[in-house]
Amino acid sequence: MIGLEHYLTVAATLFVIGIFGLFLNRKNVIILLMSIELMLLAVNINMVAFSSFLGDMVGQVFTLFILTVAAAEAAIGLAILVCFFRNRGTIAVEDVNVMKG
Amino acid sequence: MSVFAFYLFAVCAIAGGLFTVISRQPVHSVLWLILAFISSAGLFVLLGAEFVAMLLVIVYVGAVAVLFLFVVMMLDVDFAELKAEMAKYMPLALLVGVIILMQFVMAFGAWESNAAAEGLRAQPTPTDLHNTEALGAILYDQYFILFQLSGLILLTAMIGAIVLTLRHRPDIKRQDILAQIYRDPADAMELKDVKPGQGL
Repeated sequence: MIGLEHYLTVAATLFVIGIFGLFLNRKNVIILLMSIELMLLAVNINMVAFSSFLGDMVGQVFTLFILTVAAAEAAIGLAILVCFFRNRGTIAVEDVNVMKG
Repeated sequence: MSVFAFYLFAVCAIAGGLFTVISRQPVHSVLWLILAFISSAGLFVLLGAEFVAMLLVIVYVGAVAVLFLFVVMMLDVDFAELKAEMAKYMPLALLVGVIILMQFVMAFGAWESNAAAEGLRAQPTPTDLHNTEALGAILYDQYFILFQLSGLILLTAMIGAIVLTLRHRPDIKRQDILAQIYRDPADAMELKDVKPGQGL
């Protein structure tokens, strides 16, 4: 029988893959954004698994909000990316140093 | 059967995530990401959260992944050059990944479900309603303000994305509404009195 632990393991693995991707693709912003999406997906799996196994609907409600924020974040991130590419002709993160921050 | 389905979806989700990260072509990355999303939607169906599962397919696969696909195809970037240094970062990435995985395993080993957790539920799942119906009853009642706020977040994101990507190029023809409004018949038309049989 599949228990809560199985789902938590899948979620943890996906989260670690997301972090792995953040470090692996230091230059490619598109893959960085995809890694962040993967991490948010892992959090969503956690939320829904706990919601299902505890019998509490609030976890699924908050999954909806996380989905909303993830969609907004992807839209803004890609818009910034397109804007940056138009100005600089590259999407390498290391070139983002105009403001010397 | 449900055990088999769980392992199928879990393996597909993890493989999708892994290949998203290590794939050399960004287009392939997006396609693997779509596989991960759809497999997760399958996991949600197994958990009894049908509405969230369908939402995942519609929002993530239908909107976010297609957005990624558009951007990947629109930008003319030499991805091979970007990927060339991937091997350089591999040891650090593996180190951090393994450390965080170890931390998860340690936390997982020490964790046990509290016996009082059942009594702390904010909104116990109703047994006589479908998932979508129950979710709607809670979302539009208890969490109405948050629901409105999430709409506001989406509006902000939409305006932000439009403002960031909109550009006015000077050398293209565009509709000039003021000029159209102020155009009057006296300037725009010329009346000629054509004599019969002579023409202009």
